[in-house]
Amino acid sequence: MPEQTSIDKIPVTVLTGYLGAGKTTLLNRILSEPHGKRYAVIVNEFGEIGIDNELVVGADEEVFEMNNGCICCTVRGDLVRILDGLMRRKGKFDAIIVETTGLADPAPVAQTFFIDENVGRRTKLDAVVTVADAKWLNERLKDAPEAKNQIAFADVILINKTDLVSPEELSEVEARIRGINPYAKVHKAEHAKVPLDAVLGRNAFDLDRILDLEPEFLGSENDDHHHRHDHDHAHAHGGLKHYHDEEMQSISLHIDRPLDPDKFFPWVQDLVQKEGPNILRCKGILAFKDDDERFVFQGVHMILDGDHQRPWKTDEKRESRIVFIGRNLPGKMISEGFESCIAK
Amino acid sequence: MSVHSSDTASVVERTRPIVVGGGSIVAAHFLGRTAAFVLGEEAIVLVPSDGDPRRVAAHSGAILTTAADSARIITGGDDSKLVLTGANGESRILASDPKHRWIDQVALGPDGAVAWSAGKTAYAQSKELRTFEAPSTVGGLAFFPKGFRLAIAHYNGATLWFPNASGATPEKLEWKGSHLGATVSPNGRFVVTSMQEPMLHGWRLVDRQHMRMSGYATRVMSLSWSPGGQWLATSGATQLVLWPFQSKDGPMGKTPRLLTPSGHRIDVVACHPRSDVVAVGHSNGLVLLVRIEDGVEILAKKPGEGQITALAWSSDGLLLAWGTEAGEAGIVDLA
Repeated sequence: MPEQTSIDKIPVTVLTGYLGAGKTTLLNRILSEPHGKRYAVIVNEFGEIGIDNELVVGADEEVFEMNNGCICCTVRGDLVRILDGLMRRKGKFDAIIVETTGLADPAPVAQTFFIDENVGRRTKLDAVVTVADAKWLNERLKDAPEAKNQIAFADVILINKTDLVSPEELSEVEARIRGINPYAKVHKAEHAKVPLDAVLGRNAFDLDRILDLEPEFLGSENDDHHHRHDHDHAHAHGGLKHYHDEEMQSISLHIDRPLDPDKFFPWVQDLVQKEGPNILRCKGILAFKDDDERFVFQGVHMILDGDHQRPWKTDEKRESRIVFIGRNLPGKMISEGFESCIAK
Repeated sequence: MSVHSSDTASVVERTRPIVVGGGSIVAAHFLGRTAAFVLGEEAIVLVPSDGDPRRVAAHSGAILTTAADSARIITGGDDSKLVLTGANGESRILASDPKHRWIDQVALGPDGAVAWSAGKTAYAQSKELRTFEAPSTVGGLAFFPKGFRLAIAHYNGATLWFPNASGATPEKLEWKGSHLGATVSPNGRFVVTSMQEPMLHGWRLVDRQHMRMSGYATRVMSLSWSPGGQWLATSGATQLVLWPFQSKDGPMGKTPRLLTPSGHRIDVVACHPRSDVVAVGHSNGLVLLVRIEDGVEILAKKPGEGQITALAWSSDGLLLAWGTEAGEAGIVDLA
């Protein structure tokens, strides 16, 4: 990124969630807490939010394809325009919140920050926060591909309306979420009551913060384990059922021998070129041969962003770890491809 | 790589520093010999060549877009207002969007015509107000040099609109992708749009031939025609990219002329109104005057004080105004 450091950039939080999950409730909660911060809010429909002092802008969710032959390479054209306009008033707000419609795909929003240099220079994507309805999410995961996308894409998932379900039902919905996205931070709440620092200031897209690629709930379990199953079944792990979504999976791989960058980069580029439409998110920490620095990368569909992060610490195990979340991912092919990147 | 050492000719010492009083500068214009610095929020600062700066309130929020001719400045804001400001400092509201949308684009045409857009709706007014619903949000508006005709950039192309030809279907120029700016060559033969991708797209109107103008590092935000429309100067690279438009084929099959490789991104370009010289504003605050013929450079502003966001020439070509994102400004007197 040119010139300005990330410190100057205005953080942008994206709020997603299926219709009726409680996005607006969360937004109102964020805006009404006595946090002393000023927000600019980009919404799709006026009228539902009670805002006095905030800047509110109406958006129209124009998803534009880039003219590069890639159908998954999209931006939110309205955001390019609105963020440019908002930044003329910088100093009037500390952060930006984008509320999407219930049917929106979060990917074009996220990609806007990677594709548009003018946007990326002045603002940074903080996190995609998905609000899920404890009572209805399981149904929506069956009949609404948008709902599944939003869960798979999320950095933070708020299971809302927990007062409307039994503890067993809540456990069930959490397991369903984990079956799709084991990496998001999950919070449970009634009336979207969560601490604001659970949803804001997450730095989830900051390359420097790609530290923890451990699944949230598997803990010390062998991470190679959970992508081997491709059929829908459940089994218990310490009380929490373990689901595997038939369509949307995560793949986590690690290699403890150094990689050859001249093999890895062509491989990962080729992989996202071919599988980009199915890969929603990817992240990785890499140890290259004869390289004393950790390399970190992340991606959304076909777009990859990466950099050297810092020197490996002396007591740190130099291993490479990559994570993919996506639809019908060819696990065996990805695993074999990754292993072919080991330096000879 | 050129070096701006002490042997580079300089006009820096002829600069009159201007205090605009806070806020970033997003554009500069000249109304006769009066310089106008358009701020990112609320105001325009007018600076007569022989007088003190004067701050004129124009909007109650962000100023999103602006255009000017020799007598008037038009601005659109996030307050849904379209405002006209004259050299005497008088501002008046020309229109307010009834749906409280932002005024995203403005353009000034021949014979006092005005055009603007809010969302997907484009408006044009000479005698009567006309409207056009674009297929997506209007990304750019440009009048043709003659007649009451506009080029409207939008998703997947541009539309050529005769506002007074009621009943006639506006002509569509198609090209996939999002088009975020438009300009018409001074001879009216070419329409060029800047795209979401770091490239320009052009159409030769007589036969709808496409011109793909690529190779930029970033989105092209600034376009300027040299006198007579011989060259189209563009930002978006670390060199000044000039597309040749001397022949009836335009730049078709030709490579652009690349000048002044400074290593810093060029953000604003402004062609001199009378000679083939381009003022080139860089991301590091450097402004160079570059002669198109041979690439000879004159230093007009040293690096520093923030990214250049505004450049304008007076119509006699003797004054150059510059402004930065950090709110620094100056007027260079070349007389």
